[in-house]
Amino acid sequence: MANLEVEIVAADHAVWSGAATLVKGFTSEGEIGILPGHAPLLAVLAPGLLEIAPVDGGRFSVDVDGGFFSVDSNRVVIVADGARLQDGTAANAGIR
Amino acid sequence: MGAQIRVYRQKISSTTSMQKIFKAMELIAASRIGKARVRVTASLPYSNAITRAVSAVASQSEVDHPLTTEPAQIRRAAVLVMTSDRGLAGSYSASVLKQAEHLIELLHEEGKDVTTYLVGRKAQAYFDFRGREYAKVWTGGTDAPEFETARELREALLQDFATDFEEGGVDEIHVVYTQFKSMVVQEPTVIRLLPLEVVEEEVESSSDLLPLYEFEPEPADVLDALLPRYIESRIFSALLQAAASELAARQRAMKTAGDNASDLIKKYTRLRNNARQAEITQELSEIVAGADALNAS
Repeated sequence: MANLEVEIVAADHAVWSGAATLVKGFTSEGEIGILPGHAPLLAVLAPGLLEIAPVDGGRFSVDVDGGFFSVDSNRVVIVADGARLQDGTAANAGIR
Repeated sequence: MGAQIRVYRQKISSTTSMQKIFKAMELIAASRIGKARVRVTASLPYSNAITRAVSAVASQSEVDHPLTTEPAQIRRAAVLVMTSDRGLAGSYSASVLKQAEHLIELLHEEGKDVTTYLVGRKAQAYFDFRGREYAKVWTGGTDAPEFETARELREALLQDFATDFEEGGVDEIHVVYTQFKSMVVQEPTVIRLLPLEVVEEEVESSSDLLPLYEFEPEPADVLDALLPRYIESRIFSALLQAAASELAARQRAMKTAGDNASDLIKKYTRLRNNARQAEITQELSEIVAGADALNAS
């Protein structure tokens, strides 16, 4: 199965981008998990922890202050007002 | 005679020290401009994502949002002018202010009141000197704008936009800033920030076509969350471009000043040499004349 192509951007810089198998986060309605093949979605992101399972390496989480995200044809763009990667060795591997 | 040489010598030494300052400022601007351009590029993914999302919502749902609705009658317009904090940047601030004056005049002709918001000490000084009123001013850090500033600007502007005309609110918002086209070309530009215009575009290739999104929660709520961010990102990108333009203008101005200084130094050195030579010639002719007078007696 195809992978998700994830891009996390904050206002003044790109935070993380890479391939992933799962993205988990909170919308204003509740928790949402996105797997490859998800229907196109545009949702408001609530402040909290985003969890990402990259193809290479272990899961890591990103602390976001709110924003929104869009999913379309396996491309997930997370636009956050502020985003900080939580400490973790896997997370650092993905930073470009 | 000796006095003349001394004057030239003083001029040479003061021009040399000024040239050193110009050179230093040119180098500082040159090193900062790289950083400023990187920041402009780094903010692109965010603004692209937001623009795409806004156009997705706008094109797929019939939502009337106060920010996109054209008021029936525009009675007062706000103008946000972005200049620099410091001078020594050639005509950078002056040309933005000129553009702003032009816009304000145009708005007055259309019978609108104008409220001004200023960014940068240069604009503040310009308005203070002429005793003109402005609604609010932001100073400090025009050469390295923070996202926080964009947020404050957005909050202030949106608050006034939401207020009724009778209570001092505005019906439209314009921004005057300098667009950074390249290292040599920076253009003062006017954009109308609010109300937003929803542009219907013909899509040429199918890859540009936006998919049919599901919205969570409702499209109107998503738009509510998106539009302030969109405006913020427009303001931030204008601030970043203005900063890059300021540094480019400063670098160019300082380079010209440095070149002029070395021309002046060259000119004064010639004049000084001339004066010295004239003094020697005069002394010689005085000695020869003296000797002649002695011989003749």
